[in-house]
Amino acid sequence: MASGGKHIIPFNVYIKVLLALLALTVVTVLVAQVHFGAFNTVIAMLIASIKAGLVLAIFMHLKYDDKLYVVWFGSAVFFLVVLWLFCWTDFYTRVFQGPIL
Amino acid sequence: MATAAHSGKNYLNEKSGLWSWLTSLDHKRIGIMYMISVMIFFAIGGTFAMLLRWELFGAGPTIMNAHQYNQTMTFHGAIMVFMVIIPGIPAFLGNFILPLHLGAKDVAFPRVNLMSWYCLMVGSAIAFWSLFYHGSDTGWTFYTPYSVTTQNGTIWLVFGAFIIGFSSILTGLNFIVTTHKLRAPGMSFWRMPLFVWALYSTALLQVLATPVLAITLLLLAMERLLGIGVFDPNLGGDPVLFQHFFWFYSHPAVYIMILPAMGVVSEIITAFSHKTIFGYKAIALSSVGIAAVSFFVWGHHMFVSGQSEIAGIIFSFITMLVGVPTAIKCFNWVATLYRGSVRFDSPLLFALGFLFLFTIGGVTGIILATVGIDVHFHDTYFVVAHFHYVMVGGTLMAIMGGIYYWFPKMFGKLVNEFWARLSFVFIFIGFNVTFFPQFVLGAMGMPRRYFDYLPEYEPLNRISSFGAWTIGVGFLIGLGVIIHGLLRGKPAGPNPWGAKTLEWTTASPPPHENFLVQPVVTAGPYEYR
Amino acid sequence: MSTVSSSQHNNGHHHAHHFESAEAEYHASKFGTWTFLVTEILMFGGLFVGYILYHERYPQMFHAGSTFLDWRLGALNTVVLLFSSLTMALSIYYAQMNDKRKVLINLYITLACGFVFMIVKAFEYTSKFSHGLFPGKYFNPHEPHAIQLHQQFPDLAQYFSFYFTMTGLHGSHVLVGMGLIGWLIYRAHKGEFHSGYYTPVECVGLFWHLVDLIWIYLFPLLYLVG
Repeated sequence: MASGGKHIIPFNVYIKVLLALLALTVVTVLVAQVHFGAFNTVIAMLIASIKAGLVLAIFMHLKYDDKLYVVWFGSAVFFLVVLWLFCWTDFYTRVFQGPIL
Repeated sequence: MATAAHSGKNYLNEKSGLWSWLTSLDHKRIGIMYMISVMIFFAIGGTFAMLLRWELFGAGPTIMNAHQYNQTMTFHGAIMVFMVIIPGIPAFLGNFILPLHLGAKDVAFPRVNLMSWYCLMVGSAIAFWSLFYHGSDTGWTFYTPYSVTTQNGTIWLVFGAFIIGFSSILTGLNFIVTTHKLRAPGMSFWRMPLFVWALYSTALLQVLATPVLAITLLLLAMERLLGIGVFDPNLGGDPVLFQHFFWFYSHPAVYIMILPAMGVVSEIITAFSHKTIFGYKAIALSSVGIAAVSFFVWGHHMFVSGQSEIAGIIFSFITMLVGVPTAIKCFNWVATLYRGSVRFDSPLLFALGFLFLFTIGGVTGIILATVGIDVHFHDTYFVVAHFHYVMVGGTLMAIMGGIYYWFPKMFGKLVNEFWARLSFVFIFIGFNVTFFPQFVLGAMGMPRRYFDYLPEYEPLNRISSFGAWTIGVGFLIGLGVIIHGLLRGKPAGPNPWGAKTLEWTTASPPPHENFLVQPVVTAGPYEYR
Repeated sequence: MSTVSSSQHNNGHHHAHHFESAEAEYHASKFGTWTFLVTEILMFGGLFVGYILYHERYPQMFHAGSTFLDWRLGALNTVVLLFSSLTMALSIYYAQMNDKRKVLINLYITLACGFVFMIVKAFEYTSKFSHGLFPGKYFNPHEPHAIQLHQQFPDLAQYFSFYFTMTGLHGSHVLVGMGLIGWLIYRAHKGEFHSGYYTPVECVGLFWHLVDLIWIYLFPLLYLVG
């Protein structure tokens, strides 16, 4: 008896998601052994984000829930990126003036 | 239930005893608890301010030495920011009014609401505990590397601010959920009073920005205790990163202070012009707009910190944008007053005072946002004058106006209008006498945060100190007005001002669950004419 | 409030007086939890931003630091946490199915996974400490390889500062989550959760998944990329 708006995700979907998450973990570990230089970080973050997306969408029911939560959670990530972006802009456009101390 | 009102029961007298207050889950009682604590903190912070102005009355040491001055200044700043202005409007007026404005029985999570008050109490106690460890002399900003190396109770002050941060987060969380989930039937977003819009925008900031302060203070504490080297340049860290993190919170925090004040002013101006507010949607959206822009401008506090010039220019440019939604509000308020049936009661006087002082504060903010000019003005009294015009001239004026406006609702009694107006006159005149000379002093180059100054700055500093004491007298009169109103005030009736928002439809003081009959909203909040 | 009628479809659970229905209370609780998760994201996010900035500034030092971590233990903990996320989600699923026994089984497994995670973490920490790899100013390596790297990168301690701060803060969240799951188990034993009322399971579940979510990023950042 599911009262209005509560979506029940089938059991085997949960299992499939876990298998996908485990597979992606293996992929992350394998990719890390290969050297792509700076791209290693990018690839690792990309795979982590796919995993995070799966957890959010299925385990945390975001896919079937109020879209407000998606916007709200997304805004947290967005402002985090803002924090990083401006700090990064500062760090990488500073003119190095030689050792001060 | 219906008999409750007729028997004269309301939230104040339905239970009695200190314990019933300390464990109360009623948003109105928690609001009053916030009122009392904020007023006590304000008295302490204000006393420090008076002492600071006494020290600065003349060149050379007057009543304290340099070290004591630094500590007094730090505590004045930290108390006023973390314990007075940030909880001032949202947690005190907001707590009391938000559910009433929405037609709700309470906030969404009453226990969390009580917990947030205890967080403020515990955090403040810890912050004051630092006084037993020789206080703190870093300024409320805790800039590294000084805050890491100074040998005193800074860690306790930092820890206290950390706990107070949770109080702010919990209040914000509660307000967001309440606004979304507990609106009365028919209360669409476009029918919410503007104070609710302001509180909602504030709550977004509290929730999104305060956690970054938490992690920053945690890292600062770790830096002090373990020397983790995140902010210490000797260990590979970057002290400017601390400023980035700190201002990522503390710039939005400035809007946590001013946005709800703008909400109060919107309410007062429309009620006392007895006219539908001009540009409702523009004011509502500009609140959200200010909240959004506030996350992109923090670097304007850091123009001379060693931040890159490119970052400085970007921040400078975006900062100018804050002026747009702010000006939209000011113009709409003035347009509301135009051809209204204006009643110059004390709340409106404070709202007009807000309008005047905040405009000066805001416009000097645009001056300071310009990189080239800020390099000259940075860390001078120009900046001190600017942010006092915004925070005291803005937020404190709005708090006083809000208290006088909602006092009849809170306690069912009217204040003495003559003395209330007199308190405004003292605060308003005293304020300008205090801080306007500081613009001039800043332009002359007097640096802030020092306990002494060159002799040529003495005349203007004297004027400034006299002004500060005038403000002090004004607030004492205000306190007297409130106490007199509580003890001897005439009965107010449900709606003494003839205002239209929902809180005025219920009894004064309201019953335990606010409304005896669930209100159903069929029109906007300001249907005057 | 004696309005039994307002709680028709949630046999037993009385919603708080200021909500019009149990349904409204459920949605408010969930929205509140999501809002709390937003604050968590931004708090951890500050650490992540700091880590990424310094990682870009000192890539070789961070790489050298990561060689002291055993990626196998990190991977093991990843698997443990992912599995616990599944069982957490399943406990909600069985609450929706009104299967009290399976709710309890899944909650117990989740709690056990939390224990395993913390034990592995304890092993990792003790091995670091035994080699003198402490955070910050207590950093004092006494192994030739580590001493050599420390000479090459004088600020090497910063990597371990990040490692201990990030995993420590995450670990404390795991502990809090375990406490909350213990509370759920206590309530589930009393039979308080069923298809009409499982809000606490859902909200604690969201928190537990967030802890998992953070680890999903911590694992590659600390153990693999270096």
